[in-house]
Amino acid sequence: MREITYRQALNEALAEELERDPNVFLMGEEVAEYNGAYKVSQGLLERFGPKRIIDTPISENGFAGLGVGAAMVGLRPIIEFMTFSFSLVAFDQVVNNAPNMFTMSGGQFNIPITFRGPNGPAHQLGATHSHATEPLYANAPGLKVCTPATPRDAKGLLKTAVRDDNPVLVLEAELLYSSKGMVEPPDEELLIPLGEAEVKREGSDVSIICYAQTVPLALAVAARLEDEDISAEILDLRSIKPLDEKAIFNSVAKTHRAVIVEQDRPFCGVGAEICYRIQKNIFDELDAPIVRVSQEDVPMPYNERLEKAVLPNADKLIAAVKKVCYA
Amino acid sequence: MQRPEPRDEVEMLALMLLIRRFEERASQQYQAQKIGGFCHLYIGQEAVVVGAVAAGRDDDYVITAYRDHAHALARGTSADACMAELFGKETGCSRGLGGSMHFFDRSRHMYGGHAIVGAHVPLAAGMAFASKYRAEDRVTLCFFGDGAINQGSFHEALNLIALYKLPVVLICENNLFAMGTSVKRSTSLKQIVDRAEGYDIPGEIVDGMNFREVRDKLAEIVCSIRKDPHPAFVEIRTYRYRGHSMSDPASYRTKDELEKYRLDDPITRLRAQLTREGKLTNEKFDQIDKHAKETVLAAVKFAEKSPELPLERLYDYTFINRAKP
Repeated sequence: MREITYRQALNEALAEELERDPNVFLMGEEVAEYNGAYKVSQGLLERFGPKRIIDTPISENGFAGLGVGAAMVGLRPIIEFMTFSFSLVAFDQVVNNAPNMFTMSGGQFNIPITFRGPNGPAHQLGATHSHATEPLYANAPGLKVCTPATPRDAKGLLKTAVRDDNPVLVLEAELLYSSKGMVEPPDEELLIPLGEAEVKREGSDVSIICYAQTVPLALAVAARLEDEDISAEILDLRSIKPLDEKAIFNSVAKTHRAVIVEQDRPFCGVGAEICYRIQKNIFDELDAPIVRVSQEDVPMPYNERLEKAVLPNADKLIAAVKKVCYA
Repeated sequence: MQRPEPRDEVEMLALMLLIRRFEERASQQYQAQKIGGFCHLYIGQEAVVVGAVAAGRDDDYVITAYRDHAHALARGTSADACMAELFGKETGCSRGLGGSMHFFDRSRHMYGGHAIVGAHVPLAAGMAFASKYRAEDRVTLCFFGDGAINQGSFHEALNLIALYKLPVVLICENNLFAMGTSVKRSTSLKQIVDRAEGYDIPGEIVDGMNFREVRDKLAEIVCSIRKDPHPAFVEIRTYRYRGHSMSDPASYRTKDELEKYRLDDPITRLRAQLTREGKLTNEKFDQIDKHAKETVLAAVKFAEKSPELPLERLYDYTFINRAKP
């Protein structure tokens, strides 16, 4: 194991998959000559050439659709959105074409495509650039959605996504590109299955269910709660769809209390689905009502103080934990 | 690159007749409520797809919009599979999961059947991108209607196609109406073909009621693309005799206009040409037509007796490899 950044981990995943399979190509805005808006594709043009690392004009619908078409005839495109906020321009291709094709064609055309890029609120980018798109995409049957929070998960999930024969969205955490973590050495194949959550910290009093940018938040809060004799278990979903129900139920059955901290908005958010499944399946295990911590239900303000107030934060999460623990 | 042997014109006439009889029978079955959803008929436009397909190879990629029954038939998908699809049966070309607007046939390189206007033009770009990526000489034939040319996805795709020099023939089936809105009321251009000029794509206007003109013009274009990958645009002027869909009485146009086009019917015209040249007798024509009618009647019977996909298998068609969410 060695320590690398989330960005480097993604870069390694791309390079390894491009190396492994000549049908894989990377396409998007600024991915080639500029080395990626967030430098995730650094050095790939030099290594793999312009046939496989392809710059596009600013036409998200166009190049997302091009990817779907190429996937119909056997290529395995990786389509980068400069941010998933821009994927909304390509919503029709991602939601209507990529996942529907397999069903609509009676199973003749699966779409082995990976859509990837930064997702979730960053820092003072305003309402148009701060979308957490996971509930939008998880709602579309036929799409898989993963949300890595650590360099290791980023590498392992992206590599798995590229090899999946279905359309997969890798929603990278915009604020975590420079974060570091331990990852297996490059000569060791790292594949993390979609739909497998991971306990990032064992605990016994409360389960904090989180993903993407809320994972480091939850881990920091768990450390603070320890001082108050509350032992929090941190369950990182890693994939939103497929959802690892079993891991959620196991954790909640152990702690009997659950807080869901999500980076999206509350209405029809990821936490709403998890709440529903917990109460439906293991209602008797619960010692307290489940509490959700999410964004406020407003378009993201630019103002720094207001933005902080809209986002989930440590104070909100601690308050939620204390509420479910009657502490 | 050798141009393929021209296909037998009597066979092509038979294909046009099969399409027409199929659509007539689909119309009747729709009215009998055997077919659900939306159903858009191709009657009047037969020379376009048959001419274009006759100009290409069997392994060229074909993709179209929602008025797609003819494109599958022209590619050789059986009338049985097409009718069964309309009936929503498992034996349909999309297992009854696609319906009228979503016909697919992988083995015959028919890539749909796409019902969001303009959204399949980027897919065509991707298919052609793949041909170029693999250094194959396949050509993508991308059909769309006059309504698609004002959609953003169309414009984004045309720019990408031109920029990457992709081997696509962009075939605009201009039947003068996007649903009930005439081209004059939807499009700022005097002629649709001028859209291509904006993307530096060569464009031509073709008479879509004339099978030979469509075939010859497309053959020339396809041949040139095979030699050196590049896009081309053809505005094929045609006319649909029926409304936009089965629910549309087409009251936005006059009987005179319809009659004018009916007099120029593509099947009648090719029949007359072949008869004049001694390649077709009335008896032979009647025999072909009888065969077409029998084929579609048999297709209705086949569709009626075919099973539906069992409910428990629906998830098999959501993700490949049975990965359940």
